[in-house]
Amino acid sequence: MTASSSVRTLLRSDTGGALFLALLAGVAIVVPLLNLVVPPSSPLHVSTFVLTLIGKYMCYAMLALAVDLIWGYCGILSLGHAAFFSLGGYAMGMYLMRQIGPRGVYGNPILPDFMVFLNWTELPWFWLGFNHFWFATVMMVLVPATMAVAFGWLAFRSRVTGVYLSIMTQALTYALMLAFFRNDMGFGGNNGFTDFKDILGFDLQQDATRVVLVVATAVALATSFLASRLIVASRAGRVIRAIRDAESRTRFLGYRVESYKLWVFVFSAVIAGIAGALYVPQVGIINPSEFAPINSIEVVIWVAVGGRGTLYGAAAGAALVSYAKTFFTGALPEMWLYALGAIFVFVTLFLPRGLIGLLPTSIRAR
Amino acid sequence: MLAVGVVPTALLAQAGDQEFLAALAALSEASFLDKEAIVERLVATGHASTRPTLTAFLEDRLFVRQQDQQVFVVKSTDDTLEAFELVDPLSLEDAGSAPPTDLTKIGTNNRLRRFLRVTVARFALSNPSPVVRLDAVKEMMRTLDEGTISLLQQRVGVETDPGVKGEIETGLALGALDGGDPTSRVAAIAMLAHRLRPEVRNRLAAMLERSADGRFVESDEEVRRAAADAVRRIDRSRIFYSGIETLFFGLSLGSVLVLAATGLAITFGVMGVINMAHGELMMLGAYTTYVVQLAMPNHIGASILAAIPAAFVVAGLAGVVLERTIIRFLYSRPLETLLATFGVSLVLQQLVRSIFSANNRAVETPAWMSGTLQLNEALSITLNRLYIVFFTLIVFAILLMVLKRTRLGLNIRAVSQNRAMAQAMGIRSEWVDAMTFGLGSGIAGVAGVALSQLTNVGPNLGQAYIIDSFMVVVFGGVGNLWGTLIGGMSLGIVNKLLEPYAGAVLGKILVLVVLILFIQRRPRGLFPQAGRAAESQ
Repeated sequence: MTASSSVRTLLRSDTGGALFLALLAGVAIVVPLLNLVVPPSSPLHVSTFVLTLIGKYMCYAMLALAVDLIWGYCGILSLGHAAFFSLGGYAMGMYLMRQIGPRGVYGNPILPDFMVFLNWTELPWFWLGFNHFWFATVMMVLVPATMAVAFGWLAFRSRVTGVYLSIMTQALTYALMLAFFRNDMGFGGNNGFTDFKDILGFDLQQDATRVVLVVATAVALATSFLASRLIVASRAGRVIRAIRDAESRTRFLGYRVESYKLWVFVFSAVIAGIAGALYVPQVGIINPSEFAPINSIEVVIWVAVGGRGTLYGAAAGAALVSYAKTFFTGALPEMWLYALGAIFVFVTLFLPRGLIGLLPTSIRAR
Repeated sequence: MLAVGVVPTALLAQAGDQEFLAALAALSEASFLDKEAIVERLVATGHASTRPTLTAFLEDRLFVRQQDQQVFVVKSTDDTLEAFELVDPLSLEDAGSAPPTDLTKIGTNNRLRRFLRVTVARFALSNPSPVVRLDAVKEMMRTLDEGTISLLQQRVGVETDPGVKGEIETGLALGALDGGDPTSRVAAIAMLAHRLRPEVRNRLAAMLERSADGRFVESDEEVRRAAADAVRRIDRSRIFYSGIETLFFGLSLGSVLVLAATGLAITFGVMGVINMAHGELMMLGAYTTYVVQLAMPNHIGASILAAIPAAFVVAGLAGVVLERTIIRFLYSRPLETLLATFGVSLVLQQLVRSIFSANNRAVETPAWMSGTLQLNEALSITLNRLYIVFFTLIVFAILLMVLKRTRLGLNIRAVSQNRAMAQAMGIRSEWVDAMTFGLGSGIAGVAGVALSQLTNVGPNLGQAYIIDSFMVVVFGGVGNLWGTLIGGMSLGIVNKLLEPYAGAVLGKILVLVVLILFIQRRPRGLFPQAGRAAESQ
């Protein structure tokens, strides 16, 4: 059985998902061409700014996908998923900082500028190895995963559920935000990391590098979507949905609810971490405000607006709400919060399935 | 003295004036030793202007005008002044000004200054106000010598105010450390062991030091041992009082948390609504305080009291509207109230930004709330924090009364325990929902009044407290008001206890981590609900 045929099997029951992947592939092919090949004078030209914006939305879509996987399918409402996103982002940021090398303001070949500024003389142990891309890549996955295992293992084993769990996840990201704001943590304090120069030897300011990053993000988004789809369509996926609908009953039927919850939570955290790692080189900065609890709530809002329990709905919601935010904050900054607030109230009251709920049933996933 | 009464007062004043002027005129030419005698002559006149004149003399502000050799007090001898402002020493009225070059300072030396200081202090020591006397004693303790000590000795028998008397005794004991036989020094140390002033501790600790050649500064072993004991005792009491101070800071922080969380304990704890707009309801309360102050600018002291009911009504009405238009449709989907109310919170933030601008607004602290309460040398308490602790307890008590003793409270408890049964008993559960939410929101508004006294009033005021409030409710146990009180207070105290060791931010992080771990051990908080109500949540 080839990979393409297994994907086809997977999407047979998910027309919306198939459309989503097709759209994603289209964007990943057309947008780079419009950026690189079409001359800037042409009206069809896509500027690098728009290109980066699309890459940013795709990262958000991955994060929304991660939240939908645990909220829409497993009933775990995480109000702290931006923490995993930021941890992945910080891992990437550390690699990018080490790549600056002697080109920093202080010209120190080893120490990033903020450490020189703090009068540190040597690199802290947890920064060792981040000059290698492979090591940073492992950490992008490992750090969010470890955090998720530690938190999830404690929480699910003691059967912390519902609102309590949501508030604990919020406390987690809040505590991390406060911690990363501290200068002596060794992560740049409230300025975080910025002024990145290059990634794997390619200049980050080059259009070609940007295009590669966007395509890589599209591939990562598609892969995470398919992997999540694989999970929810599997036998384990059915158990996960059973936990969402009747946790005690599932437990009494003999399933180890804690293990299912833990692994789906960790998987979701890993997706969020990778999304964060792809986000940082594109926006060029990571700082502790990414951990702010309000960011995590916004992610939940994306999922709710798009429509939870469909995966592609969450991704679409992330892109739509983020685009609306970009548009409104530019065009009508006064009106943005009114509009956003009204959207949340309206969607929660009248569209419990989100915007996807407006689509005909033939497209929606089961 | 009796004879004086017979002399006409005008004549007496005139005679006093002349004597005073004569003594003053002699001052400019006299030697330092003669000046001492002249100062005594001045004091002997008993003239009302003697003290300000001598104070000016002590502070190098007594000058002679060269052209007519007349003595003047100068208001300030700042170098930057082009002309000194003159004051007539006799009448103490303004007497024009003169350039510094036209004036000659009446000089003093160390000995004369010491003499003057004692003389001025003697005036202050016989002042009718105990506050002035206390200041004088404290001032004298900084420069203890034979002169001041003998003055204190004269005064200690006469003094009636216990506070001033205590300070005088401290001063005398400090003086007694220097000389005399070991017994009297040990007695002085024993007395000083009960004093908390840093000067006393430093002086006693200095007695324990060794000089450069390795010998003790204090040669008598008995005295040294007594001094060591006294220092230990003082240190112990200072640690004790700083512990009390930390406890108080913790309580006041805890009160703020409790105040912010009490409203949430109603809406979240009793009704199960995750109201993310709770912080914004507090913000409405804080802005109400601001508006009330604008409305009554001449009665800042009373405006705070007027703001409390106003804030309750404003936030409470906002809560009722919120419940009727949005939340009542979401009771079957509790997690989704989070989304809708988050939307509401954004709208409310933008609303105050549009009305009041994005800048912080200054809310004045009334005079009766500012200042500190000095309990002793080691312990002082800021009044506004003290008031907030009391205010929290009062609000909490009123809320408990409403829930336990009123018809509304009975209905609220009935609906939260068993909605269907309550409806069957004829309770209009919808109306009770609206009232409950209004009550919780109103308390959030009242919390906003308190917050307006502690932090900046701005559109982001609510966001800063929302996470802490939820933590307190979850930690205390959802649906349990006492849990909220104890949870909030203990979180505040733990936070302040950790602060000296870990710093403010790390302390807060530690508290959050401990809280996360605590919830793992006790998923339903400190005081979990028992019985059927717990099952339904």
